[in-house]
Amino acid sequence: MRLFINKIFLALSVFSALIGLAFLGWILITLFIKGLGSFHFNLFLNDLIEGGLRNLIIGQFILAGLASLIGIPIGMTAGIYIQEYGRGKYAALIRDLSDIMMSAPSIVIGAFVYAIIVVPTGGTSGYAGAIALAIMMIPVVINTTDNMLSLVPRELREAGIALGASKYRVILDIVIKAAKVGIMTGILLAFARIIGETAPLLFTSETSNYFSLNLSESFPSLTVSIYDLANEPEESSRDLAWAASFILTVMVLIINLTGRFITRNKK
Amino acid sequence: MAVMKIKKFSFTYPGVDHPSLKNITLPIEQNKITALIGPSGCGKSTLLRSMNRIHDLYPGNKYDGKIELLDLETGKYNNILEIKKENEFIKLRQQVGMIFQKPTPFPMSIFDNVAYGLRIAGIKNRSELQDRVETALKGSALWKEVHDRLDRSAMGLSGGQQQRLCIARAVAVKPEVLLFDEPTSALDPISTGAIEELIVELKKDVSIAIVTHNMQQASRISDYTAFMYLGDLIEYDKTENIFLNPKEQQTEDYITGRFG
Ligand SMILES: Nc1ncnc2c1ncn2[C@@H]1O[C@H](COP(=O)(O)OP(=O)(O)OP(=O)(O)O)[C@@H](O)[C@H]1O
Ligand SMILES: [Mg+2]
Repeated sequence: MRLFINKIFLALSVFSALIGLAFLGWILITLFIKGLGSFHFNLFLNDLIEGGLRNLIIGQFILAGLASLIGIPIGMTAGIYIQEYGRGKYAALIRDLSDIMMSAPSIVIGAFVYAIIVVPTGGTSGYAGAIALAIMMIPVVINTTDNMLSLVPRELREAGIALGASKYRVILDIVIKAAKVGIMTGILLAFARIIGETAPLLFTSETSNYFSLNLSESFPSLTVSIYDLANEPEESSRDLAWAASFILTVMVLIINLTGRFITRNKK
Repeated sequence: MAVMKIKKFSFTYPGVDHPSLKNITLPIEQNKITALIGPSGCGKSTLLRSMNRIHDLYPGNKYDGKIELLDLETGKYNNILEIKKENEFIKLRQQVGMIFQKPTPFPMSIFDNVAYGLRIAGIKNRSELQDRVETALKGSALWKEVHDRLDRSAMGLSGGQQQRLCIARAVAVKPEVLLFDEPTSALDPISTGAIEELIVELKKDVSIAIVTHNMQQASRISDYTAFMYLGDLIEYDKTENIFLNPKEQQTEDYITGRFG
């Protein structure tokens, strides 16, 4: 009887795995066919206003980059605090808060930033978009930092203290170094996650057809433009959306694989 | 002469209602090796970890009694249980070094590992650092093996080499006392032999307290032995007396393997 249940269970798992894989394959194949069909190298040289994607790709990276500049220091500091210093209620509170933030739907974060930044400042801006992405990123960075630091053996910290180092020096010189690869990988995966986000940007940075480095106005975003282009009636716009999706997917894939590659090489 | 005098010392972990060490009185003799033996859970590590107050990394411990450390510069004894200030803790840990059961190389180069404590102590001069690192590595019988790869990561060394590196790192800051908590229990017999030889060699310059589960090790290398049981110090004497002619029945039972 036990064996029979085992077999059924195995069959069900294989079946659901196959369904999952089939859909993933379907998505990727469609993306490849449609995306590659409309792909052209000139897309990297022209801005959206000229029918290209250059400004959007650069804009997306600037938004995600600025979000990382905000999110990584805050997330790492909080992660270090709860793992190394927090023992009491505060640490537990931050950990819970971060878990809740992690599961908050991204559209809600977009709406939140819209309410606290876009409305008071009188309009969408690159800054608002980057802040929304940073809010997406922070809990992931907190979580990775917290987890990776917890893997560093207690004795390593004690060995540092036993040489006369103060606690903060042990953390900076030894503990973070020991957890470096794990934290870096986590940050890279967090970056891969935010670079493909649409919802937090939809009504914070919006997007722009032109090349721009001015973060205080609407800012070019690849994902938001994919959303816009896909909703346009013309065939050519939708083709461009496919090409953009294809490029985005490849970018995210490369970042993800790099992260995995680093971990594998180090372990 | 004793470099450390533990007097009526009791220790209680936070959240535990009974003390893990009760009324321990014990000297650590200068330039001698003192072995702490006893069955698992009797408090050997707890006692050792009190001697440099590494316990204080985790708050809420309760100390009673005194642990007096001889200050070699002034010739006076100071009670280390009275230490409260950060800079006094730093000084204590430079005077009383510690080596752990599992090797604890830092994720940096071999050179930087040995130089770590020196840099903490404020030595910045490059050539002085190089001299002290070389001396420490030679003193830990590791120089021959690593002199041509000092800038490589310490993580690439074997377990036995890592442990000798940790000893070099502790020796480099010229401590008065070195504490070893089962330093060979994670190592193969050959590395164990090398470490034992090294420890005996080191007693020219430092006083040593070592926790060990290995009776042969205790009798081979130590000058004095303390037998502990359930948080009490049962017997302390010259090692040969403990092993050949113990006064207490419990000591005899333990060293002859009848319990523990
Ligand atoms: N952090 C702690 N909190 C509470 N009790 C502890 C803690 N660490 C150790 N103890 C208790 O203190 C007693 C002494 O432990 P200790 O680690 O000093 O024993 P030991 O002699 O070193 O044993 P072993 O040979 O297994 O290393 C034990 O009863 C142990 O359960
Ligand atoms: Mg122990």
